[in-house]
Amino acid sequence: MIYLDHAATTPVAKEVLKAMEPYFSQMYGNASSLHSPGQEARKAMEEARESVAKLINADPDEIVFTSGGTESDNLAINGAGFHVFARFRKEGKKPHIITSRIEHPAILETCRHLEGIGFEVTYLKVDKEGMVDPKELEKAIKKTTILASIMHANNEIGTIEPIGEIAKVCRKHLVLFHTDAVQTFGKLPIDVKKLGIDLLSASGHKLYGPKGVGCLYVRRGVKLAPQAHGGGHEKGIRSGTENIAGIVGFGKACELAMGDMKKESSRLENLRKRLVREVLKMPNSRLNGHPTKRLPGNANFTFDFIEGESLLLRLDSRGIAASTGSACSTKKLAPSHVLTAIGLKVEETHGSLRLTLGRQTKGKDIDFTIKAIREEVEALRKMSPLKR
Amino acid sequence: MANGLYSERVMKHFRKPHNLGKMKDPDGVGKIGNRRCGDVMWIYIRVKANRIADIRFQTLGCAAAIASSSILTDMAKGKSLEGAIKITSKGLAGELGGLPPVKLHCSVLAADALAEAIYDYYKRRKKPVPKGLQKRHDTLKERGESH
Ligand SMILES: Cc1ncc(COP(=O)(O)O)c(C=O)c1O
Repeated sequence: MIYLDHAATTPVAKEVLKAMEPYFSQMYGNASSLHSPGQEARKAMEEARESVAKLINADPDEIVFTSGGTESDNLAINGAGFHVFARFRKEGKKPHIITSRIEHPAILETCRHLEGIGFEVTYLKVDKEGMVDPKELEKAIKKTTILASIMHANNEIGTIEPIGEIAKVCRKHLVLFHTDAVQTFGKLPIDVKKLGIDLLSASGHKLYGPKGVGCLYVRRGVKLAPQAHGGGHEKGIRSGTENIAGIVGFGKACELAMGDMKKESSRLENLRKRLVREVLKMPNSRLNGHPTKRLPGNANFTFDFIEGESLLLRLDSRGIAASTGSACSTKKLAPSHVLTAIGLKVEETHGSLRLTLGRQTKGKDIDFTIKAIREEVEALRKMSPLKR
Repeated sequence: MANGLYSERVMKHFRKPHNLGKMKDPDGVGKIGNRRCGDVMWIYIRVKANRIADIRFQTLGCAAAIASSSILTDMAKGKSLEGAIKITSKGLAGELGGLPPVKLHCSVLAADALAEAIYDYYKRRKKPVPKGLQKRHDTLKERGESH
């Protein structure tokens, strides 16, 4: 199988699996226990916290472990929102949050939920390459704005947002800035101190770590209302006995990413450039997202006169795993909100194909994929009544 | 091989569709669907002695749409026009070993496309169109699904 869906998830690296293994039935202590097995678990967790923090130049005590990207996003938005909600309500005001139309559902659905209970949310437009304009964000800020949440890079089209500029704007107006960095964590260099980020979400399974573990970076001094109440774990923000094996795996994954980030991102970028160049030689095909400011391993195409689901399944038969933003591939039969936000017509979203490269992707896989895409798109176009 | 979403029979017809491609000088053509909602199907028929002597299709759509078109051509070939009109979406989905609920509309499109091809045949030959078929055509036109 040529797996080209690394934006969805990645395989657990063998070093990660090896690091995790002892923490299931040998070193199974509860990190809250005072005895040696408990302290052994705590030590492993704190070492992992250091590895995670180091990757983004944070301090270890600014890392809150969670169950993954979705929970981190929820914790950031709800945590910041409910920290001020009671006070705003007393003053008869609605706390205001700014986000973009191309965020992951973990952000968008959380915002929609908050709107329903008395928050105000602005969903910023993006340009046709998927870019948020920091000036537009600044214009949207008002007295009641408490938080802006803009993703670092988009999971579908790969566009990298100008989060440094956005963070500056937020800092200037004393608005908290959260970024969903699930797709960039360990893939692109991030320095939370230099960038001026207040909150940042990451997830283990997108960087060769296990599923069900992630973190929220919470800059020292930023106050969040706890979202899981209980025994006061993770500085009282997120109670629950820690997933030690998962956390250890996440830490190991960060260590590995730290080591190979630079080399790997330029390798992936070269492979992606070749893929894009060759695939776009086909007529009636386009690249979605920004031509250069995009995730190194992300390619997202639109092919006219074909249906993405059919292309995906034909590629699957040839041993290539990809993904599509076509409505036909979803339960709700709704086209991708990201593709429609960058101005694609509904009929164009039907012919979309996303390929996301990763550590195991080799040059020969890309060559095989280019050939397969050409042949399968051609075959489907031959079936189509619309293509002459 | 089945793939979790689709039955084995759907995947078989999707991978190797029967009666695929344009027909030269057909006696009737049915054009259904639109690109906005996803699938576009064209069904071509050749009629001899009131029977569907040959049938072909072209489809732009998902696996369910392609498989529905393919099974439709198998089922319609050789049938009398009266018999062919009676092919239902349920019948198509059944022959395919079932379709996921969100994909049932693909089988509806296929059945409608054949009805439209037969309607087109009657019109071209200036033959009286059966009442039920006329009504079906008018409804499809109204909904903007017939072209
Ligand atoms: C940008 C982005 N945010 C959040 C998530 C959710 O992360 P998780 O799967 O760890 O809940 C994902 C992955 O699906 C993502 O791509």
